[in-house]
Amino acid sequence: MKKLASTFPNMVISLTVITIVAATALAGVYMLTKTQIEDQANQTKIEAQAAVLNGQEGQAIEVEADGFGGKMRVMVGLAADGTILGYEILEHSETPGLGDKAAVWFKDTKKPNQNIIGRKAGNLTVSKDGGEVDAITAATISSRAFLKAINSAAAQVEGCSGATQVDGCAEATTKVETEDHHE
Amino acid sequence: MNNALKTLTNGILKENPTFGLVLGMCPTLATTTSAINGMSMGLATMFVLICSNVVISLLKNLIPDKVRIPAFIVVIATFVTIVQLVMQAYVPTIYATLGLFIPLIVVNCIVLGRAEAFAAKNSVGLSALDGIGMGLGFTLSLTLIGAVREFLGTGHMFNLPIVNESYGMLIFVLAPGAFIVLAYLMALIQKGMKK
Repeated sequence: MKKLASTFPNMVISLTVITIVAATALAGVYMLTKTQIEDQANQTKIEAQAAVLNGQEGQAIEVEADGFGGKMRVMVGLAADGTILGYEILEHSETPGLGDKAAVWFKDTKKPNQNIIGRKAGNLTVSKDGGEVDAITAATISSRAFLKAINSAAAQVEGCSGATQVDGCAEATTKVETEDHHE
Repeated sequence: MNNALKTLTNGILKENPTFGLVLGMCPTLATTTSAINGMSMGLATMFVLICSNVVISLLKNLIPDKVRIPAFIVVIATFVTIVQLVMQAYVPTIYATLGLFIPLIVVNCIVLGRAEAFAAKNSVGLSALDGIGMGLGFTLSLTLIGAVREFLGTGHMFNLPIVNESYGMLIFVLAPGAFIVLAYLMALIQKGMKK
């Protein structure tokens, strides 16, 4: 077959057809993967809730802060008095090899200067800012964002422990809630 | 047959995208912080490269010359988005690490470069082979750079500890290390190829 000449109608038709086919294909793939992607997200959340509580009494709280590369979403498990039981990073855009180390850095029990498990959340800061937590090597901004997220979780616990339950406080999550958030 | 073999190996050695053609440097420098990251990026690019080469080769007579670039970009972007959605659904951990760099495959010069230089002029079969060859070449280079950087930077290779992490030279995981490793590897490979 001969190549189509670059006339105006040919160009318009060719591009229109290609974009329509592309859009249809994408819509198809999107629909096929939608439930699986949502399931994955829920699954990660449920696993994270179980992991951050580590079998202890407390609340799993989801918080976020602005990191070096974008939003950092952290799930943190806090006891009623604000002691950190555990954490999991749900989503981040930190630099691979540097800021993304936050996923393990702050729970290394062999390195007490950087471990935050067992500390009280609320006023944690990196040593560079006069605090007691060693920041991730070469990723101070990520570390600050992470601690900010953790501290904001403490504020939520205090808000929740009042007599009246504040909206959005998932209470007593030792038995992990599995409610789905479908819109 | 000889022609097919030549097309296939062309991308791996003679016209290796990274060390030979020096194309697609942005993902090469950015995603090779570890061997696994480099390899995942290479494989994702390879998939896009094969699919876009085949489709563009099939469509080459239906696309008028003057609008070929936008048409190619639409085809490439479609496959990239498919890869992105599929990775997000089935390999969420790798997706989480590569994140932002997956959509950036769209602007990878290799993909558009092969569409323009090869798929638009050759048969579907040869274009597929070219995609496989170029994709493999890209994957191998990225894995190699990633492995070297990971080893020098953290003492690990493919996440397995080789030497103690405290011997790692952090600069190799950072951006300057990418340039240093790329330059040395390219010099070594060019020297080896000349002999």
